[in-house]
Amino acid sequence: MIQIEQLHKKFGKNKILEGVNLTIGSQGVFAILGPNGSGKTTLIKTILGMVIPDKGIVTVNENSIKTHWKYRDDIDYLPQIANFPANLKVRELIAMIKDLRNRQGNDERLISLFKLQPFLSKKLGNLSGGTKQKVNLVLTLMFDSPIIILDEPTTGLDPIALLHLKQLIAEEKEKGKIILITSHIMGFVEEIADEIVFLLEGKVYFKGTIDTLKTQMETSNFEQAIASLLTYENA
Amino acid sequence: MLKILKYSFFDLIRSRWSYVYFLFYLGLGSVLLFLNNDLAKAIITLMNVITILVPLIGTVFGVMYYYNSKEFTELLLAQPIKRSSIFIGQYLGVSLSLAMSLIIGLGIPFALYGLFQSNEIWDFGLLLINGLFLTLIFTALAFNIALYNENKIKGFSYAILLWLFMAVIYDGLFLMTLIAFQSYPLDGFSLVATMSNPIDLSRILILLKLDISALLGYTGAVFQKFFGTGLGLLVSILALSLWVVLPTLNMYRKSRKKDF
Repeated sequence: MIQIEQLHKKFGKNKILEGVNLTIGSQGVFAILGPNGSGKTTLIKTILGMVIPDKGIVTVNENSIKTHWKYRDDIDYLPQIANFPANLKVRELIAMIKDLRNRQGNDERLISLFKLQPFLSKKLGNLSGGTKQKVNLVLTLMFDSPIIILDEPTTGLDPIALLHLKQLIAEEKEKGKIILITSHIMGFVEEIADEIVFLLEGKVYFKGTIDTLKTQMETSNFEQAIASLLTYENA
Repeated sequence: MLKILKYSFFDLIRSRWSYVYFLFYLGLGSVLLFLNNDLAKAIITLMNVITILVPLIGTVFGVMYYYNSKEFTELLLAQPIKRSSIFIGQYLGVSLSLAMSLIIGLGIPFALYGLFQSNEIWDFGLLLINGLFLTLIFTALAFNIALYNENKIKGFSYAILLWLFMAVIYDGLFLMTLIAFQSYPLDGFSLVATMSNPIDLSRILILLKLDISALLGYTGAVFQKFFGTGLGLLVSILALSLWVVLPTLNMYRKSRKKDF
């Protein structure tokens, strides 16, 4: 359960979030969409406590994020850019994150799913972008936390890995988790998302299912619906 | 925090630069001792090297480590770990691995030379304590600079400027002030001015211990006259500790409010 009330955040003079209200109570896959710079990543990072809000209340499972840093135990987060200490080996990084979280993860399965065995004893500095993203996914999805946040999970993945990712997301959804995703690939969003949250000019401009959006915008094409959502505003 | 410290530490001691730093001190220590054959002189030369080089390496390594591990820090921030633990842990990881290169690098040649049988062991110990202090101080200052500056180039420039100021410019300004105001009593001023520069402070600390009045200079002499050797040592060690504590506290404060 994630509750956000009147969230404000500006960086310098640049107002990013201007009173976001959002409640995500039920399970399912929620896609956070919006044009570049609309505050998707800022919103996610505020939920994670990485960005400190100027105003507003954010609670995760009834814990205010300001004081209870332990609430992050309930969240698995995939950052947008995967960059790890270059001197560490993949195996060591996985062991380290497990150690830091004091939890056991089912990394074995994910490693074989993404075919990462040959890379386990390689240093992270020598991996390609796509492989790093796979490692990133293993690190995120190996824990069984009730909330999963994925920031641009598809970046750099090959088609097979993408297929596996979709399967994994579907599986996690089956377990009754809350999954937040940002992506610019509309096909991906349409395939996996139950609801979309559309951010525009620092506010939640639309929240609802894809079907509701399509009927509201009077089109059967999701990409077009998003585009008309943008032009609708400007008209 | 200890876990973060452990990982930062092991990450760093496996990096090539730690070895270079270690080998440099190993080479320097060996050359000074076995070509010079005079323990006391070697310690003075090392003091001059340490008071300049340790701050430089501390600041450069500090900012470099912070900027290089930025994405990794973000990964850690999303884990259930207290924010301040991450930064303090990383800071201690960097400074302790640097200090270890210094202590082991210098320790080996000195031990081989037979330091443990000589009277200079305390002087040498103090030299290493000084190196540890300077590493802690300048790495902390570097982390502060990096926390305040998102821009790598800016952060780097400020760090280098800080070192240049503390190691070179400060003394020049100090000297010029002394000359300009030579008709006034300057004891109090020079005491304060010395304490506000950790490099000067550590130099005086060693010279007080070595008891070489010829090298003490004006400030050292004032220090000795004002505090005496014993108290002088104590005061300078306290002032150095303050130089560690204050930047670390500020790091703690700043890291809690920063956006990532």
